[in-house]
Amino acid sequence: MADATMPGQARATPDAVLDVRDLCLEFPVYKGSVKALNGVSLRVGPGEIVGVVGESGSGKSVTAMAALRLLPPGGFTVTGGTLTLLGRDVLAATEKDMRAVRGRDAAMIFQEPLTALNPTKRIGAQLADVILCHQNLTKTQVRDKAVALLRDMYISDPEQILRRYPFELSGGMRQRVMIALAFSCDPRLLIADEPTTALDVTVQRQVLLLLQEKARERGTAVLFITHDMAVVSQFCDRVYVMYAGSVVEQGNTREVMARPRHPYTRGLLQGLPENAPPATVLPSIRGQVPDMAALPRGCAFRDRCDHADDACAVRPALRSLDGDAARKAACWHVLVEEPAP
Amino acid sequence: MTDAADAPVLALDEVEVRFPVAADWLGRPNRYAHAINGVTLDVRRGEILGIVGESGCGKSTLAQLLMGLLEPTGGDVRRAAASDAARANVQIVFQDPQSSLDPRLPVWRVIMEPVYVRGGGRLSSLRGRAAQLALKVGLRAEQLDRYVHEFSGGQRQRIAIARALSSDPDVIVLDEPTSALDISVQAQILNLLLDLQRAYGLTYVLISHNVSVVRHLCDRVAVMYLGQIVEVGRARDVLGDPRHPYTRLLLDSVPRLGEPFAPGVPSVNTELPSNRTLPAGCFFRDRCPMATAGCELPQRLKPLPGDEHACRCHLQTGETAGPG
Repeated sequence: MADATMPGQARATPDAVLDVRDLCLEFPVYKGSVKALNGVSLRVGPGEIVGVVGESGSGKSVTAMAALRLLPPGGFTVTGGTLTLLGRDVLAATEKDMRAVRGRDAAMIFQEPLTALNPTKRIGAQLADVILCHQNLTKTQVRDKAVALLRDMYISDPEQILRRYPFELSGGMRQRVMIALAFSCDPRLLIADEPTTALDVTVQRQVLLLLQEKARERGTAVLFITHDMAVVSQFCDRVYVMYAGSVVEQGNTREVMARPRHPYTRGLLQGLPENAPPATVLPSIRGQVPDMAALPRGCAFRDRCDHADDACAVRPALRSLDGDAARKAACWHVLVEEPAP
Repeated sequence: MTDAADAPVLALDEVEVRFPVAADWLGRPNRYAHAINGVTLDVRRGEILGIVGESGCGKSTLAQLLMGLLEPTGGDVRRAAASDAARANVQIVFQDPQSSLDPRLPVWRVIMEPVYVRGGGRLSSLRGRAAQLALKVGLRAEQLDRYVHEFSGGQRQRIAIARALSSDPDVIVLDEPTSALDISVQAQILNLLLDLQRAYGLTYVLISHNVSVVRHLCDRVAVMYLGQIVEVGRARDVLGDPRHPYTRLLLDSVPRLGEPFAPGVPSVNTELPSNRTLPAGCFFRDRCPMATAGCELPQRLKPLPGDEHACRCHLQTGETAGPG
């Protein structure tokens, strides 16, 4: 089902931190399967901040979970493709290997810090757990490191915070603790799954700026998953737009936001209220996200697309646009240059 | 326009709401959470009024107050008497249609429940009205016998809107109506809300943390901070030319499409003061980049030069703050 690698597509560069190729993954359900990923290819280079944007059910979180193999063992089937994390084949690695990778080489930040942190342990103990799991340090060294980490996150009174329980902290403070945890072992890849969705805008801005600064400072690559186009355009160097389990458009963030070439990306951008004059009718995408257990044949966006015709009965592959290997869209009717929406 | 049409549908006058959070050994409350601290606000007939603010600013308490689910502990809420009913009929559309619609009723009963509760008519006539409402909000008549779980998020929100419309309310409170929806569906629901408002001259109070949604829909906007209105006025004035430092911070923080961050972490304190013990002077003083002499005094909402624009900051209104 997934098309072969197109000429000009990034080769298996050994230096890629995360390299996902044509990954197909499904969850077996009663009498069938939910095809969560249908040939996802994405690549994160060292020190790069890459965004994955899409609606619920587009497969963005499944991609992130699969990258660290956090999906329940036995609960999913990989039906094709490869997944390479720091040169390791994630799909073939042993659980012991993966445990060593998670937290040390690749860390993850989740959406809701209150559920990601252990409610029964103090912040200091949780930080110490992660540090001790991957590094051989004495008690005082661990404590000094924890204090230094929190101070690095612009937390003004780290000793105080180490003694607190997660529920005693505000949402922004908890997410800063999560970022400190994630950076505690100097990972080379950080996967952030909607890290600021639960936060207020003023706090979101602080957390994003902090994350960006720390990632740049330490040369950590970030895979940033979100549904918010505006956040992506502020935060990410490159972006992948996902729909119904595959990448439909990719490229330099500024390019994609200013000149979307896939009808879905353009529909999303035009439907944002910030792109329209107040109180005017928003151009909306009709219909709703397809049922992942029964995807339409051909292009998954076909039923909602204004440009759809007979050609769309065949699933389009990601093709390079304008001879630019990094700028791609999966559409038979790639939109030609038009003024920004 | 007559006086009756001109009078606000709902008028809040120096409203305060506090909730007891601790009690002494006799069970008498001795500590309070101060949710609303002196809100004065009119809801005018036929307008869309936006309430913006971050979590903990009292938006949702205000919604409950408007609905009549809460009685103010201080101040006064006036509901203009509608033609026949004793008080204005206020309906609400909640954020999450999954949890706010009864899963055990067929959709037409969900939609007509407010009418039924008010003692309106025979079941067969209710069923007919439900079909008309369903058409208005873009549902098909044959979907009326289904249950809520059979619908997608966007369709559920359409059901919630139909339900709010069914009893011909004077005011509809929209509490974060699109924040649980996907972006492609959000546009559909925003369009529907605007169409209905224009077609039937509805009055909305839109409560949201999403500045873009508020800017898109609202005629007037009130910005809340720690249970107070810090700025109020026409949407284009408040969101286009913000005067209160908090409104400015809020608008600056909203991510913009196609604009990367400016480098450097501005060290703004993002912690909201506790609502257990309220600050003595201006509530925003601890976080305010412009804080100076005079800010230690309580601030009042004062009109700014220009139409209907008011702001709770003595630096902007040019008046020295007085007590109260």
